[in-house]
Amino acid sequence: MSNYRIHKTEYIDETKRVSFKYDGKTYFGYEGDTLASALLANGIHLVGRSFKYHRPRGIVSCGAEEPNAICQIGSKKDLTEPNVRATELELYEGLEASSQNCWPNVKFDIGGINNFISPLIPAGFYYKTFMWPKSFWKKVYEPLIRLSAGLGKSPTEPDPDIYDHKHVHYDVLIIGGGVSGIIAAKMSAKNNLKTLLVDDKKILGGSTIYQNNESIKIDDKLSSQWLKNEIQEIKKLSNLTIKTRTSIAAYHGYNFLLAKENLTDHLPEEKKKNNIRQRLWKIRAKKVVIATGSIERPLVFNNNDRPGILLSNSIKKYLDYYGVTCGENIILFTNNDSAYETSISLHKKGIKNIIIDLRKSTSSELIKQAESLGIKIYFNHVVTNTFGYRKINSLEIMELSEDGNTTVGNKIKLSCDCLGMSGGWTPMVHMHTQSGGKLDFRDDDQVFLPKENSEDQISVGSCNGDFDLENIIDKTVNKINKFLDIDNQDYQDTNILCSKEKDKRNIWLLPNKIPLGKTKCFIDFQNDSTAKDIKLALKEGFRSIEHVKRYTTTGMATDQGKLSNMHALGIIADTASVKMGTLGTTTFRPPFTPLTFGTLVGRNVGKFFEVVRKTSMHEWHVENNAEFENVGQWKRPWYYPKNAENMHDAVQRESKAARDSAGILDASTLGKIDIQGSDASEFLNRVYTNAWSKLAIGKCRYGIMLNEDGMVYDDGVTTRISENHYLMTTTTGGAANVLSKLEDYLQTEWPELDVYLTSVTDHYSTASICGPNSKKILNKLFPTLDLSDENFPHMSFKEVKLENINCRIMRISFTGEQSYEINIESKYGHALWKMCIEAGKEFNLTPYGTETMHLLRAEKGFIIVGQDTDGTMTPSDLQMDWIVSKKKFDFIGKRSLYRSDTVREDRKQLVGLLTDDPKEILEEGAQIVSDIKSKPIDMLGHVTSSYFSPNLNKSIALAVVRSGKTMKGQKLIIPMENKNINVTVSDTIFFDKENKRLNA
Amino acid sequence: MFLINCPFCGERDQSEFSSGGEAHVVRPKQPTELSDDEWAEYLFMRKNIKGIQFERWNHVHGCRKWFNVVRDTSNDKILSVYKMGEKPPVNYK
Repeated sequence: MSNYRIHKTEYIDETKRVSFKYDGKTYFGYEGDTLASALLANGIHLVGRSFKYHRPRGIVSCGAEEPNAICQIGSKKDLTEPNVRATELELYEGLEASSQNCWPNVKFDIGGINNFISPLIPAGFYYKTFMWPKSFWKKVYEPLIRLSAGLGKSPTEPDPDIYDHKHVHYDVLIIGGGVSGIIAAKMSAKNNLKTLLVDDKKILGGSTIYQNNESIKIDDKLSSQWLKNEIQEIKKLSNLTIKTRTSIAAYHGYNFLLAKENLTDHLPEEKKKNNIRQRLWKIRAKKVVIATGSIERPLVFNNNDRPGILLSNSIKKYLDYYGVTCGENIILFTNNDSAYETSISLHKKGIKNIIIDLRKSTSSELIKQAESLGIKIYFNHVVTNTFGYRKINSLEIMELSEDGNTTVGNKIKLSCDCLGMSGGWTPMVHMHTQSGGKLDFRDDDQVFLPKENSEDQISVGSCNGDFDLENIIDKTVNKINKFLDIDNQDYQDTNILCSKEKDKRNIWLLPNKIPLGKTKCFIDFQNDSTAKDIKLALKEGFRSIEHVKRYTTTGMATDQGKLSNMHALGIIADTASVKMGTLGTTTFRPPFTPLTFGTLVGRNVGKFFEVVRKTSMHEWHVENNAEFENVGQWKRPWYYPKNAENMHDAVQRESKAARDSAGILDASTLGKIDIQGSDASEFLNRVYTNAWSKLAIGKCRYGIMLNEDGMVYDDGVTTRISENHYLMTTTTGGAANVLSKLEDYLQTEWPELDVYLTSVTDHYSTASICGPNSKKILNKLFPTLDLSDENFPHMSFKEVKLENINCRIMRISFTGEQSYEINIESKYGHALWKMCIEAGKEFNLTPYGTETMHLLRAEKGFIIVGQDTDGTMTPSDLQMDWIVSKKKFDFIGKRSLYRSDTVREDRKQLVGLLTDDPKEILEEGAQIVSDIKSKPIDMLGHVTSSYFSPNLNKSIALAVVRSGKTMKGQKLIIPMENKNINVTVSDTIFFDKENKRLNA
Repeated sequence: MFLINCPFCGERDQSEFSSGGEAHVVRPKQPTELSDDEWAEYLFMRKNIKGIQFERWNHVHGCRKWFNVVRDTSNDKILSVYKMGEKPPVNYK
């Protein structure tokens, strides 16, 4: 169908035509293509505009390192995905892709003007330019930067795809299914080790699978043929799991790795539906073999970024694997032997090509092969410039000087439609370094290599710096035998024939007659940083590679510098005249390639995002129109609006009803800890500030718990059920932490105490009925119970039956009213609640939520830990000195209560505030001052709780104020945005100061 | 992510545990006898070692037991675990 698909390969199924859209236009490819190979088959190189200068850019590679061919997939608001590498995206029927970072289109892009003003936008341009005037930042600079920043568009609606997580354990994990990974997998699995082999491609085999060069043979077969047999063999091994389309995203400590498996990204739309899109594998492996291979390096010369300039080995893969040629008149520019393999492949398929080699001369098998085929080679030459706007059409070469620092002689102009470059190979040490491994630098071919392999992990193959096949196989076999402590003989007699590279010549920044300032020698294609930018950063004083990286943005794009980092380092080393090995590298952070959030989150979306705890009365609250408040994981009724009431009106009504007749609160969420054992009383003595030994059986007591630093940690009422049995209640939010803290002390500091703790929060449901008519309602529910104040006084407890079911009733009060908390086994909670409501009907028993509870307790000046305290308040700060026992020898936090800081008199202390205008309600969190004229204004404290009290018909507030204890009656000011509110410091108790209502 | 060998349950994923800081910080038996400085030493001062560190861990989503761990903070290797009340292994210092 096009001129560029020039031969059949076994990896492309030409019987299965696939149509796809690119930038709105329909094209065809075949099953087996990637988007990139299909575009190239259609003669399309130009796929995007660069980030900063908007220069036309083409496909550079065939894998994960691709900096340019990144596309937006799909256009639906919920499914579109940006920054997908066309080189990795398998083609499917109906695929819609478009180029990014260009407007109005990739061929004519307005942003291209940046290319002409490039001298004005050097490295650090943002830092240097958007500085002044200050007022411009918010209105001009930031909107402008936001407009031009970022690549692609993120989806704007929730992702409808399904993602999955899977936890697995293996003896051995092998990362990478190239020749060394396959050998390692076979050796491991045949020795009875449970083995997992993962590879990010569709099929195993790495680059050897399409290696058909005659001078590279194994056991007298083409290396591709030999490897195919090996793959057939390992597929039969029962304890080997092979996962293709699966890439390792992160390598954490203790051999814990995350892998992303692509399940539907290569399938047509209708087959994607209702299937899991991607699966995150959480892998624990006893041993890990890293066989991730290496990536070919580009070369850095003037205008090295034009469409049609690719990595040399990628040209080979497009040809030998996909059957696609990247051009008809190809030039290969190299400093090593691998471009010769490309050249020979091209030649065999009848594609005219010539080689420009930096080296003075060299003579390996491959070079001899190329020479014998009559391929023209320019040794000791360098490309100095390229031409062609939307695609390369010609280039200039010059001879290199003896030392390689400059060019000599005349320019030679050569025409071409494609340039392959090969600057050598960079081992993929990402996994090794992510796991914490260190690197060594090998000067010979300028590569960073894994420094040492540990007991738990090893690198083999070209990611370990072994590049020729003989070396790879021999070393892999030896290392794996040793690493796995096995004695596998499978490869003992393998006969390997390969070409051995003899010479190297590495020049990071290639010389040019044109001054550097007038060239465009790109290092990072995606972020548009050039050799000039790196040199400028050095000139401006940056030395650390981490700083240069951030200043120039080299290596900071979606490809994370897979192609660019080494060149940046090399140029820094050369410019600063230091050894490259001493510079170190930037940190290789996970993920190796970008992950979607969906994969990370897995099934924990929507209602599975967070655990929701509901009380057994929840259904009733829902049926009765409750608005809910989240308290930790609990859903608590906040208020129950009637007839379109707003929150204020509902709370005013509920509060009034509770004091005038009766109210009912679902108090099931309070933490409940069952404490038993012969030392239970002693234990309470040590964890609470007050004394517990003398609490009579059947009585309740309020307690405050401190941290060792003396600050209030939690509070609640504890009931003595029998001699050695207590039931402690905690705040709703603090329940889990209090239990942990108590367990900590019991297990570590006081193991001699005979105490057992059990969390029973979920075991009991609690209905709390309060108000002047509460006794009458209780009487209806429990007719046999003597509710007289003599028999059942405030702060006591009774065990009673409701029909046949045991109830524990505590007469305790958080509202200041007579109040009964009825506890029942949770499965009866809903029934109990309904019975209470029924019994209370004639007394206008009004359900109230947390907001009314807060208001009622504030009228009484009862604190809420976490609202009126913030981890810096002692009992004394709360004006609660009465709760601290003076007699007890010790309790948690006691010693801290008389540290010099905690006895300061000018600490912030809890006070009441009354607004001069009784209708004015303060804002919680508002700052409190006494003098608004001084600058800076002296902040005295802040409002912690504030309500309008319907029972007092005025606004009340609690606040913490410096030296507040001594300020009663003083006037203070609360400065708000539009006005200053005048307040008077008051007592913290606003309502029923004499506690008459408790026993009325 | 660590694999921690709980002395009561065996090897489990780190996500089941919570860390409790430095081990063998003993709560003074008679806090009232201590000066502010001595109490502050107990209350606030903790080591932050690069190298071998003794620390407390709690198998919070398992048996809920506290125990001690010897960990090399420079490479996160856990060298030893032992129960509360047991003597720390002598070969690490």
